[in-house]
Amino acid sequence: MNRPAAETHPAVAPAQAGSLYASRIKIHPRTVAGVFTRWRWVLVWLTQLIYYGLPWIPWGERQAFLLDIAERKFYIFGLVLWPQDVVFLAVILILSAYALFLFTAVAGRLWCGYACPQTVYTELFMWIEKLIEGDRPARIKLDKAPPDARKIGLRALKYGAWALLALWTGFTLVGYFTPIEALWVSFWSWTLGPWETFWIFFYALFTYALAGHLREQVCLYMCPYARFQGAMFDPDTLVITYDPGRGEPRGQRRKGVSPRSVGKGDCVDCNICVQVCPTGIDIRNGLQYECIACGACIDACDAVMDKMSYPRGLIRYTTENALEQGWGRREILRHVLRPRIVVYSVVLLGIVAGLAWAIANKPDLRVNVIRDRGVLAREVEGGAIENVFRLQVMNVTEQAHRYAVSVSGIEGIRLDREGLLEVPAAATKSFTLAVRVPPEAGERGSRTIYFDVKAVGDESIAVHEKASFLLP
Amino acid sequence: MDLKVTGDLVGFWNLFVIVVAVLSIVGCAVFLWIQDSAKHAAGQVTGHVWDENLEEYSNPLPNWWRWMFYITVAFGLVYLALYPGLGSNPGVFGWSMRGQYEAEMKAAEATYGPKFNQFLAQDVMTVAANPEAREMGDRLFQTYCAQCHGSDAGGAPSFPNLKDGDWLWGGTPERIKETIAAGRTGIMTPKGTKPDMDAEQVRDVVHYVRSLSGLSADSVRVQRGQELYPQACAACHGADGKGMTAAGYPNLTDKVWLYGSREDKMIEIVTKGVQNHMPPYGEFLGAAKVHLLTAYVWGLGGGEKPAAPVAPVAAVPAAQN
Repeated sequence: MNRPAAETHPAVAPAQAGSLYASRIKIHPRTVAGVFTRWRWVLVWLTQLIYYGLPWIPWGERQAFLLDIAERKFYIFGLVLWPQDVVFLAVILILSAYALFLFTAVAGRLWCGYACPQTVYTELFMWIEKLIEGDRPARIKLDKAPPDARKIGLRALKYGAWALLALWTGFTLVGYFTPIEALWVSFWSWTLGPWETFWIFFYALFTYALAGHLREQVCLYMCPYARFQGAMFDPDTLVITYDPGRGEPRGQRRKGVSPRSVGKGDCVDCNICVQVCPTGIDIRNGLQYECIACGACIDACDAVMDKMSYPRGLIRYTTENALEQGWGRREILRHVLRPRIVVYSVVLLGIVAGLAWAIANKPDLRVNVIRDRGVLAREVEGGAIENVFRLQVMNVTEQAHRYAVSVSGIEGIRLDREGLLEVPAAATKSFTLAVRVPPEAGERGSRTIYFDVKAVGDESIAVHEKASFLLP
Repeated sequence: MDLKVTGDLVGFWNLFVIVVAVLSIVGCAVFLWIQDSAKHAAGQVTGHVWDENLEEYSNPLPNWWRWMFYITVAFGLVYLALYPGLGSNPGVFGWSMRGQYEAEMKAAEATYGPKFNQFLAQDVMTVAANPEAREMGDRLFQTYCAQCHGSDAGGAPSFPNLKDGDWLWGGTPERIKETIAAGRTGIMTPKGTKPDMDAEQVRDVVHYVRSLSGLSADSVRVQRGQELYPQACAACHGADGKGMTAAGYPNLTDKVWLYGSREDKMIEIVTKGVQNHMPPYGEFLGAAKVHLLTAYVWGLGGGEKPAAPVAPVAAVPAAQN
């Protein structure tokens, strides 16, 4: 479970001593290299290639991934989702939640450290910042410098580059909802619609503000997830931990000096783990809600340990139990497979399988049968009884189809019309059908009948729909 | 304060809402202002503990939250000045739900009005031949007419079939439009009490009427009924039983029965009379939509050619086909 946080938040300091409010202290994370940094960049590339690239992929005549709100249809490669398929959205949300539970229970805030847009865009914005202004010491110096031509130039360059990236991000977002190639054209010819304009600039503005300026403030003061992570951790959860047993008492020493000989632990108190932290905490104070589990401190500390010729892993992924009991890697891995993880995994797999099955078996045709409510039943020539139905035929495929309709369930029941129902590709059409039974149709009351709608030329597209027929 | 009373809040409650709203906002601002100089010992535990050892620290808020609070207060005041909220004060913009509704209706009329109005200049038969107009007519019919006449316009007991060419009030474009716009009320007076007819006589006349359209009937009763018919029925339904569409008197010789062809039902109608009503839609729908609906109904299969110079009665034989 959580250990108490540091006395006051490290990234803020009281405006005046004893004030209710604390002003923000600007964080200049130092650039770091190592295995976790590499992984984060892999994830940044992967997520952003998908994000920026997906809307540009064509699929036949249309965009492969298009969420058409106005037409109420979601196109996802070969799949077309209708409002009736909204249950899939619910399942995908449940799936995401379960995946989050599982990953968090196994290894803490993996989402925060590697995949959350806040982390990913902050990473991109900091990369731009580093290219233009240099690393931590140069940035601190620039901050303190008087506003001369160089400073103003660098700042303008940085903000300009950020704004471009933010605009591209906002543009891409809108490209998910409206065909992106046409959007590109209207963007450059200044003929964007009011909503397109609003969303492009709104999303760009927030990307710019959150990734460029607010950064760790989002994780610390806006994100609810940071606050309930404690409920998903247990003593066997892998978390980024400083090993105080090995590190303390910390202190500086010359290179090549054995720690024991000077009565110290392995921590050389170089403070680099604090300098690289994007949320400005000191991991040596234990697990804190501010930690987004990016692993920068591990990479930084490992580099220092290498330099000192000490073994790596003074700061490492380990569990609360492992630290207390002195478990090795094998013992830690053995505890990953605990009931909680097994249950999460089984539920997750079950939902994935169910979703895959449901999407694979999604019907290509939907038919709603609506009986005329005002017209219960009517007598027509020869004493036959007629009920009127409205068939709403939804052709979910992307080809036009013709459908044959038949009706069954009462002796002698028949439709008053012949011919096929024609429905264009991915469209809904309503047809009014009168259904007739002979006067001697038998038992009175509400009788069950069935409509069979079958696509001409494709046996697999068929619907057997129940309805009721009123016989007065 | 200059309060223009526009609606529902007057007197005490009006004042109550204003006082509560203003006091709340001003109270928040004063509280914030006091907190600015309040002393706070950072880093202390509040004493709240969850999940055995999860403790809440009393750490300072980020400074930018303070500005958010003040912005919220300012927003509240500006909002109340611009929009209705302070009791019945309409606000500087004068916005109201009713006004927004009317503006949206006006915008919709500007958008869709021309689509409907384009057909007004054409005569009904031309409109009926236009596929686009038929589709619009169908949508109007499904919205306003199908509840009674059925989605297929085939009618239901007491609601006439509109596509069989049998018209109670005439099937020319003018008559159909009149029916839709002004509505119709059809009345059959009761004939089942003296001095009109007794129960036996009613049965006799019903059998005679049944024989007119080839329904099963007792020949003795038919004969007796035939003698009763001229006095009891002919004034409205005509000597030949063919009715009169000018006044909505049904034809008894065709095979169309608005209330069904069962003998007991017919006896009941003759005995007790019946009244039927089609509500007027002219004012509600407006001329353009009525025109489209007229064309749609006329084009369902039973429409008759306009009979301008000819008397309405002359149109009846056409209805027999």
